[in-house]
Amino acid sequence: MNITTLVFILLSVMSVGSAIMMISSKSPVHSVLWLIVVFFAISGHYILLNAQFLAIVNIIVYAGAIMVLFLFVVMLMNLNAETEPIKNYRLQLVGIISGGALLLVIVSAVMKIDTEQLVEMKVGDAGLIKVLGMNLFKNYILPFEISSVLFLSAMIGAVVIGKKDDEVVNKPEN
Amino acid sequence: MDIKAYIILSLVLFTIGIIGVLVRRNAIIIFMCVELMLNAVNLLLVAFSKMHALSSAVKASPGYASDAQIFVFFIMVVAAAEVSVGLAIIVMMYRNVHTVDVNFLNRLKN
Repeated sequence: MNITTLVFILLSVMSVGSAIMMISSKSPVHSVLWLIVVFFAISGHYILLNAQFLAIVNIIVYAGAIMVLFLFVVMLMNLNAETEPIKNYRLQLVGIISGGALLLVIVSAVMKIDTEQLVEMKVGDAGLIKVLGMNLFKNYILPFEISSVLFLSAMIGAVVIGKKDDEVVNKPEN
Repeated sequence: MDIKAYIILSLVLFTIGIIGVLVRRNAIIIFMCVELMLNAVNLLLVAFSKMHALSSAVKASPGYASDAQIFVFFIMVVAAAEVSVGLAIIVMMYRNVHTVDVNFLNRLKN
């Protein structure tokens, strides 16, 4: 077993274990922190695949911006293990069984594929910033510009939804 | 590394996300499970991109194999926009019903 396989197995165990801890921990703050560990493990996978740009963006955008937003909302609502709503045991069991059945079906289908395709590890320039930037600004310039419109509308939407509706709040009950 | 290892790892992460959506009642945790599913798909796209980079037809033009990584970049962009709007909706819901329990969102029923 070479070092690449060892790192792959280590990162896989780390990501899957943290994901399981995320959905099984009672406290929402712990869930957020475990999800950050998952994102770091996935960034490790990107580095192993030599997708350097995506590894950095994954850490900055997901583990940095998005998870801080989640943590901010969780702490704003003061959620903790005591206030956590728990689904009843039978429904949880049904969820786990149906999810496991889905996994079983897809994995057995994948195992039947007769392929010897390998993945390029540690080398290759498909994930370098130069190649990605040339591709993005040459072939994908229109989606890039449209995504800026998407961001603008998301920003306006978040402000409009989150705005306190004064006339509704102050309206007398009748 | 075999591509099947990456496919199975992504499937396991995706299924954990699905199970999380099914077993939890906290809206924020459900939302986080959706993020986990998006990340599983991202990992699979990057693995396929690197699988594609090994084929001989692609060797001449490196930009071709990086298409999947551009897709991952756009998935991250859309996820960031989605999180901002979704968390605003959850905060609004918390303000109205004073809980993040999705079982309290059954008012359309009667």
